[in-house]
Amino acid sequence: MSAAVSTQLLDVISGAILLTAVLTLWRRDLAAIIRLLAIQGVLIAGLALLLGINEHNTELYLAALGVLILKAIVLPTILRRVLADSGEVRETAPLVNVTSSLLAAAGLTLLAYVLSGPLVALAPSAATRALPVGIAVVLLGFFMLVTRRRALSQVIGFLLLDNGITTTAFLATSGVPLVVELGVSLDVLLVVLVLQIVAARMRMAFGSTDLDGLSGLRD
Amino acid sequence: MSAQETVFAVAAAGIQVAVVVMGAPYLTGLMRQVRARMEGRAGAGVGQPVRDLRKLFHKEATRPEGTSVVFVAAPLVMLASAVFLAAVIPFVTTVAAVGGVSDLFAVVAVLLLGTVALALAGLDTGTAFGGIGASREVTIVALVEPTILLAIFALSVRVGSSDLADIVAGTLASPAHVLSPASLLAAVAFAVVIIAEAGRLPVDNPSTHLELTMVHEAMVLEYSGRDLAMVELAASMRLALLLGLGVNLFAPWGVATTLAPLALLLGIVMLIVKVALVGVALAVLEVFMAKLRLFRVPELLAGSLLFALLAVAASYFLA
Repeated sequence: MSAAVSTQLLDVISGAILLTAVLTLWRRDLAAIIRLLAIQGVLIAGLALLLGINEHNTELYLAALGVLILKAIVLPTILRRVLADSGEVRETAPLVNVTSSLLAAAGLTLLAYVLSGPLVALAPSAATRALPVGIAVVLLGFFMLVTRRRALSQVIGFLLLDNGITTTAFLATSGVPLVVELGVSLDVLLVVLVLQIVAARMRMAFGSTDLDGLSGLRD
Repeated sequence: MSAQETVFAVAAAGIQVAVVVMGAPYLTGLMRQVRARMEGRAGAGVGQPVRDLRKLFHKEATRPEGTSVVFVAAPLVMLASAVFLAAVIPFVTTVAAVGGVSDLFAVVAVLLLGTVALALAGLDTGTAFGGIGASREVTIVALVEPTILLAIFALSVRVGSSDLADIVAGTLASPAHVLSPASLLAAVAFAVVIIAEAGRLPVDNPSTHLELTMVHEAMVLEYSGRDLAMVELAASMRLALLLGLGVNLFAPWGVATTLAPLALLLGIVMLIVKVALVGVALAVLEVFMAKLRLFRVPELLAGSLLFALLAVAASYFLA
């Protein structure tokens, strides 16, 4: 693959990752958000594959496969099951309304661009120049974590954060060693499983997964 | 530029105006016809808006008592700004008779001039509907204009010029840029903006007079005869202008970069084909869409503003 084509592919994939992250803030329909998360997983796997082809690195192929299985198949399936159990199809009342979230997302993206400037200057290349995308996804994940009320939305925010960290790792250093990658993936999987159980318990106790219900003490 | 070239360039601008003025009503008719067929109706035919316009131009314009010169001037300003834009935007050829007129900021400002003229006319009538329409239009425009500027600005970054002709010529010279993230994001933002600015579904429904939802229709309620014909012609020209600008910015194939007659002919044909295709696609999409509640419209527009901003950001860090 020629350098120009692979650079363009890299740019398109990075742009699409950022786009899916922004769209998760826009949509209210939780099923659509999970679908976007799955698409983002495929894109991150594609990013790893592209970097692997560029650097002829077998480890990156394995990492791409792992990311694909975990982020595009396993996690969305678990989330879909939680969604089907909970019966809450929409994020009804986020703490910040959607219009303001979108404007905040614009601000966070610019912040990511400013923050990553010095990092990019250390080793300018096609991959590191796309670094703001990874950092922006991290910030958007944080934003989703603090502004959404439903337990499922918060899990999605957490996964967005993790996707951002993975993207940053791939773009900055062509991925962390496979052992670390595996460990992190297992961690994320366990966290989501635990959160699934917690969400189920919350629903039994309060009838919904609105986290504001947790602020009061009960017998 | 030699004298002969200047004459040719002026002639090309004249061709552009002729194509847009003649073609715009047919574009509106085509979109209505597609919509009618999709909904299982026979439709009035592609030529119906032209027949309407011809009828209206022969009728006397009545003006409400108490309206000022603003009401009289608005249709003229709208039509004049649309004709001016048809001449300067690089639709058929990127060679301009007068350099620097097709600057991005000038074009958007002139586009806004028509919108503002109509909104003022709506206020000038002093009726409740005129006021409602004007206030809604201004609410929408406040988010639409920065989005247009940002979306086109994202494209102008890589060319290094805010002249629309340079942007189109730059994209023609390096077609690979069409698939860059900046240009894709800007295309999405621009599509939403076209829909909002031209008053199409889901922002405004051009075929109803329901007071809860109407925007454009509320402002033109008091117009009749020649004035109404001018407003309607200008409105359909604006839709054609925006669609033409959109296709030429994001898919500029066929636009002539010289003033050779054959290239100009190809440019005209390609422009008509591309705009008709996009218009039909827009009409088909509208059939499947419901109108957004007015309070949800700023959300859609804020989304498109974000897309445009991301496009500008991406044009810097995903060069």
